Amino acid sequence: MKSWLRYAGQAVAYAAFIALLGFFATAPAYSPIAPDAAMLKLSFIHVGQRKVECRKMSPDEIARLPPNMRLTLDCPRERLPVLVELELDGKLLLRREIKASGLSHDRASSIYQKFVVPPGRHVVSARLRDSARTEGFDYTRSTEVELKPRQNFVVDFRAETGGFSFH
Amino acid sequence: MLKQIFQAGPWLLARIEKLYSAAFTPAWNPLYHLGALTIFFFWVVVVSGIYVFLFFETSVTHAYESVEWLTHTQWYLGGVMRSLHRYASDAAVVTIGVHMLKEFVTGRYRGARWFSWFTGIPLLWLVFPLGITGYWLVWDQLAQYVAIATSELLDVLPIFSDPMARNFLTNESVSDRFFTLMAFLHLIGFPIFLLFAIWLHLLRISRPTVNPPLGLMIGSLSALTVLSLLWPALSQAPADFSQAATGIGFDWFYLLAYPLLDYGSPALVWLVLVGSSTLLCLLPWLPPRRRKPAAVVSLPDCNGCGRCVADCPYNAVSLAPRSDGLAYAEQAVVDAELCTACGICAGACPTSTPLRRKSELVPGIDLPGLPIRALRDWTLAVAVQPGGDPGARVLVYGCANGVNLAALRNGSVAVVELQCIAQLPPAFIDFVISRRHADGVFLLGCRENDCHFRLGVQWTTERLTGKRDPYLRARVPRERVATYWGGRVTEAEIEGEIDAFRARLRALGPYQPAPVTQASYEVAP
Repeated sequence: MKSWLRYAGQAVAYAAFIALLGFFATAPAYSPIAPDAAMLKLSFIHVGQRKVECRKMSPDEIARLPPNMRLTLDCPRERLPVLVELELDGKLLLRREIKASGLSHDRASSIYQKFVVPPGRHVVSARLRDSARTEGFDYTRSTEVELKPRQNFVVDFRAETGGFSFH
Repeated sequence: MLKQIFQAGPWLLARIEKLYSAAFTPAWNPLYHLGALTIFFFWVVVVSGIYVFLFFETSVTHAYESVEWLTHTQWYLGGVMRSLHRYASDAAVVTIGVHMLKEFVTGRYRGARWFSWFTGIPLLWLVFPLGITGYWLVWDQLAQYVAIATSELLDVLPIFSDPMARNFLTNESVSDRFFTLMAFLHLIGFPIFLLFAIWLHLLRISRPTVNPPLGLMIGSLSALTVLSLLWPALSQAPADFSQAATGIGFDWFYLLAYPLLDYGSPALVWLVLVGSSTLLCLLPWLPPRRRKPAAVVSLPDCNGCGRCVADCPYNAVSLAPRSDGLAYAEQAVVDAELCTACGICAGACPTSTPLRRKSELVPGIDLPGLPIRALRDWTLAVAVQPGGDPGARVLVYGCANGVNLAALRNGSVAVVELQCIAQLPPAFIDFVISRRHADGVFLLGCRENDCHFRLGVQWTTERLTGKRDPYLRARVPRERVATYWGGRVTEAEIEGEIDAFRARLRALGPYQPAPVTQASYEVAP
């Protein structure tokens, strides 16, 4: 093959290669959600109350313990599961009982859940139970919000700051 | 299905390779240097990455600004380096993909070659996270998507007690510590493991090609530089967790699996990734299994010269202290696990000579599936052709991994099929011509730089030109020996080459051996 033809062939091959790279490095554009939708996220890490309340030990019980392990309270490690509900405009989006993590279920219950929702005015309500009660909730909060397209609306929970927070 | 792939794949590949060889020459054909090109792109990524890192601020608040400054204010160098960093990493994904596909359709992943195939799969699990963490550091809309999606993907695994995705709930929840961890993984963690994995991938290969030809390096780098100038890599809008990222400029080379996360589930992504990786890992052992018996050493005939050790492309032969009491220091030892049964060692053995008369033809090292003695018998059986074209009878020694050799046979063309062209000891050429078993010998092998067993064509060329032991003796008339390194081209094309060779032989007239002198035994210049 003539050398100029060979060089032309190489140029075509290189051009095709960089065209492939240049195009698929950024295109086609990708949208994980529709551009006219909004996102509602519920996430928290919360330690439920103890499954069995701490018990004050008797002097005899304390005396039987090794000297370096003598405590006045006997606290079983296991934590209660956390029950959470999320509502949008009165419609239940999520109701979940979240077990405490850890082999002995003695650590936090955590959740990360997202929902694609239409933009516009909405009432968001969140409820959480972390105690042994069988009815009702220990924490509730509602808010009315105007969601814009693409907006990320986050429902978080921190017991130390009073419960649910909306961002 | 697999059968169709193994039939159609090499056919299609041969045609594409032929096009590239026409443009680049076989020596520079990028399809023959895919592994080396990948390593070259890796070094481009490393060098450009080091330059970009000099200006990079490893913090959530300043990372985006620093990349923007580099891209726009120092576009002529920093911007080009950033683009090279991105495009070379994308190019590596392309070459890896084609490399894997080529090895698969040509069946170069089975038998003793399982190790290189198997160790290539973990490489993928390092290359992709390396690229993905790189996008994370730019801290733009793509980084925002990658951070959230990757966290959601990892949260399915029982690794973290708390959801990692919580780190990216709001702009305030993102911490510099997490960002530093990503920078560490991208800059040090993954690259170090990747280097180790590349070493492991090449461990069982003798004389691995880790650098492509200079011309190909210059061409590839120039092409990437042109792309960087014409279409520079740019950041998208800065990450903002108060809004969902949409219309993202997506790098499909690295993030192809991510949409499955949004339209399926994280578990589905893991199922696809782990499932396909497991399947790829198991491929070498799936039917049809075709492992041929490994080379064997005949100790009474081995003098421990080491030629087989030097020529083995897979480090399957080594030298060990003599165990049989003969007066040689060492002996050849074959590791059957590493042997691909290519027969190159038998072709390198100085005792593999069909001219031997006084003793039985048993070389020091041989291939049980097609021993040298059988090769001589086959040569004798096909070479004595009644009739044919006087003065233009050709004996073809061909590699079994190319075209259908049987189709080349006719009244004047006989064919002997080898595992690899380098399985043929040069003494056979001397044998055929000096004993007038044919008027000429035609050697048919794979494309240069694309030998099915890696080094067969190179070793054969060096043996014929007197650069590698065992040499073709000087008394063999070179005009009666032709080579064609055509690989998987069509039979018609090879027939054309053989016809042209026969025409040259016809013009030469009958073979008249030169008087035997000392020079006859010397190596041709």
